[in-house]
Amino acid sequence: MTAELCDLTAHDLSAKLAAGDVRAIDVLESTLRRIDQVDERLHTFLTRTEGQARTQAGLVDERVARREEVGPVAGIPLALKDVFCTKGIRTTAGSKILEPYVPPYDCTPWERLQAGGAVLVGKTNCDEFAMGSSNENSAFGPVRNPWNLETVPGGSSGGSAAAVASGQAVWALGTDTGGSVRQPASLCGVVGFKPTYGRISRYGLIAFASSLDHVGTFTRDVRDAATILSAIAGHDPRDATSLPEPAPHYGAGLDAGVQGLRVGVMEDWLGTEGVQPAVRDSVRAAVDRLVGLGATAETASLPHADYALSAYYLIAPAECSSNLARYDGVRYGYRAPGGGDVMEMNMRTRGAGFGDEVKRRIMLGTYSLSAGYYDAYYGQAQKVRTLVIRDYEEAFRRFDVLVSPTSPTTAFRLGEKTEDPLAMYLSDIFTIPSDLTGTPAVSIPCGLSPDGLPIGFQIMGRLMDEATVLRVAFALEQDLRFAARPPLLEALSA
Amino acid sequence: MAEADTAKATRFETVIGLECHVELSTATKMFCGCLNAFGAPPNTNVCPVCLGHPGTLPVPNEKAIEYTIKIGLALGCRIAPHSIFHRKNYFYPDMPKNFQISQYDLPLCVGGHLDIEVDGETHRVGITRVHLEEDTGKTVHGGATGRIGGAEYALEDYNRAGVPLVEVVSEPDMRSAEQARAYLTELRATLESLGVSDVRMEEGSLRCDANVSLRRPGSEELGTKIEIKNLNSIRSLYRALNFEEERQQVALERGEPLIQETRHWDEGKGITTHGRSKEYAFDYRYFPEPDLAPLEPDPQWIETLRAELPELPAARRRRFQDELGLSAHQAGLVASSAEWARFFEATVSAGADPRAAANWMTGDLAALLRETHQSLTAAKVTPEHLAELVKLLDEQVISSAGAKVALAEAFATGASVDAVVEAKGLRQVGDSEALGGMIEQVIEENPAPVEQFRKGKEGVLGFLVGQVMKKSGGAANPKVAAELLRERLSGSG
Ligand SMILES: [Zn+2]
Repeated sequence: MTAELCDLTAHDLSAKLAAGDVRAIDVLESTLRRIDQVDERLHTFLTRTEGQARTQAGLVDERVARREEVGPVAGIPLALKDVFCTKGIRTTAGSKILEPYVPPYDCTPWERLQAGGAVLVGKTNCDEFAMGSSNENSAFGPVRNPWNLETVPGGSSGGSAAAVASGQAVWALGTDTGGSVRQPASLCGVVGFKPTYGRISRYGLIAFASSLDHVGTFTRDVRDAATILSAIAGHDPRDATSLPEPAPHYGAGLDAGVQGLRVGVMEDWLGTEGVQPAVRDSVRAAVDRLVGLGATAETASLPHADYALSAYYLIAPAECSSNLARYDGVRYGYRAPGGGDVMEMNMRTRGAGFGDEVKRRIMLGTYSLSAGYYDAYYGQAQKVRTLVIRDYEEAFRRFDVLVSPTSPTTAFRLGEKTEDPLAMYLSDIFTIPSDLTGTPAVSIPCGLSPDGLPIGFQIMGRLMDEATVLRVAFALEQDLRFAARPPLLEALSA
Repeated sequence: MAEADTAKATRFETVIGLECHVELSTATKMFCGCLNAFGAPPNTNVCPVCLGHPGTLPVPNEKAIEYTIKIGLALGCRIAPHSIFHRKNYFYPDMPKNFQISQYDLPLCVGGHLDIEVDGETHRVGITRVHLEEDTGKTVHGGATGRIGGAEYALEDYNRAGVPLVEVVSEPDMRSAEQARAYLTELRATLESLGVSDVRMEEGSLRCDANVSLRRPGSEELGTKIEIKNLNSIRSLYRALNFEEERQQVALERGEPLIQETRHWDEGKGITTHGRSKEYAFDYRYFPEPDLAPLEPDPQWIETLRAELPELPAARRRRFQDELGLSAHQAGLVASSAEWARFFEATVSAGADPRAAANWMTGDLAALLRETHQSLTAAKVTPEHLAELVKLLDEQVISSAGAKVALAEAFATGASVDAVVEAKGLRQVGDSEALGGMIEQVIEENPAPVEQFRKGKEGVLGFLVGQVMKKSGGAANPKVAAELLRERLSGSG
């Protein structure tokens, strides 16, 4: 099939818009057509916003017609994971407890994109409160992977990943707390990037685990990742953990190449049982390509990273148990009927409003913060976190980037891991350390498995050094020229 | 009662510690930009942040941190170079996030003291810590009874949710209700002097819980601790502590065990009632607030704040005694409130004699304020009024009776004392010519007392002067009148 407008990259579309070759409304209509064609099967969106999108696209076209200069996000169809608060647009976090919730304010990333003329097509499906690795924990039903409808798109930002992979949005925002951007990007064959903690404001992002929550991006290529990151990054006075430094322009220096760059290969991780052979081979091949481009590659290790998963599953639930306490039926969202007093109303609301995985993590977190257990669990986990941070600092003295598979496997079948939370948790084993350490990391597609599913290559960088991560990703992407598309899309035009 | 007092004195020692909550008078709330104001219509000073909407984040109010440091410095605390906010987790509908951002094991200020004076003796009360947190909203229980039990519905007002709140925790260093009262009075005066809070107990901007236990004298161990809540005035604190002291003592004497519990003060009935036992204590699951960075105040800033500290009540009392000649008692009355001290000093700098000014303030002026339920700041009377009054009195232009009238009038209308004196004819009549006629009349109308005086009964002179005063409508100068009477009666006659 010939690519439609909705299948192009943002930078291609932006050039065409600026040149007057296409109108924003044409790009939008192409995207909305695609949504009509595939969303029923993929269940990508929880809320569609085409009315508002047409208005936004129209405004961009008017500005272009007046020969005003428009920025790189103007007129580009965007999807937001349904954990980003959007004023006047329902925001559910994939949970029944927020099913009727319409935020009275905008999150900072959307506020910045909106100011730049972005066109929001809808809010994407996700695991409830971003807790999950398959999108099967959404209260509104799972998302399906465009590459194979019987498989999961990954999670928790599965809807955003699937939207970008299937042309239902040119780019999208997600959140990455334990890998929730990179893992679904890997499983859906798109670029998923998570910058340094604090680089993008969390204001208006419905919290799962505050010290681990990162805003991340889904794009069709690395240049687009740099572009949208530049549009939303930078200090926000409304987020006290936001970095004070102004964000650099990430597009500059993307094509500087990798000559002499020191690549640390996570051999331990590659050798882990449970890493699919195709994943291992594809990642090794990608490392060879980097060497071919002039980088050096040596074995790297992060001795305490093995404990990262355990630490993560103490810290994240602890923070979540507190962050989710506010959903009590008193001020907004769902309220269960009946109940003799306020406490009973709280309990009924939370009992009926939260799904199983959310309840499991609230209980885990409540337990680990309890008097007498704090030191053994939460306190200990924070110590492990510090050790992992030191490991990274140590490793980045020797290497400019560390590389690994993004996820041990390609997309797995729906229902395959739902009965076994631990197996599900292992899906994020290679992505969690970057969240614990707050360091930037990207997943880019590096090949297909024999059964035709995408494989993700993870590049991890040092704190604040998004530029190097993006530069390596760009070089590899240009060299690999990964151009496969989901069979679903090929079938559409046939 | 006398028996009980003896028993109390000899057999038990009372141990009291106070936890005081102070709402800071910052313009905006602790973690959002909403107005921090008392008395607005319900839920009008609210925003997504202080309503705990999904996705919102706290941003600390720098002024609140400054105020807390000032309180810490005034109380002689060490300002921690590194302190953090914790989350205190529990469910209550007046708390929008179902956790309170507070401080736990690393508070902003630690280890200070506050000196109090009781019966001319100075006691030092240790300050354990001063920390910063956010206030909760208010729940109003509606329906038939208006009480929690049996309420048909509850209404929430979140105007107060997120207002900066400082907790000042004392050591268990007080030994009597009098000392506790003096501590709270001194703390309130200190906070008032710092200008960091309205310290209005009736509006809840200063709240206090007391921990009280009894033990055998000489014992190092503390007895069973009872926490008393709902103390809405200094008077309530004093009454509640006296009641509780008595209650515990009776129980101990009867050999009844005390349980560690929270008790509520019932102001109407004058008793404490059982609230919550220790076994129902919440597990608050404290953990560091991940949305906020540690507080690491610049040492330079702390020194600047230290240098800017205003004069505190204790120093002011000393100065009023040493430099202005007030008695300890007078100084205690005038200097213990910043408002009063300001008024007093303004009166003195307007030319009034300090002791006379202090007497008028603590006497007639205080009475007028009490009668009209006014604060000094809100009253119409000014330091200039009082200074003028003291001056006219000193110059014998008016009598002290006339001065009382003039003060009451100036207090009521705000008119200048001069004008009041003229309008009311309060100017004393001091020349013998004007008084002569009245004196003659008084002698004529009171032959018996005149006769008694002439026979040497000196005391009658006062009566006769009084008669002259009456005739003059208070305008006669009593000294002059007495002299003239004496002259006239001891003369030829
Ligand atoms: Zn607010």
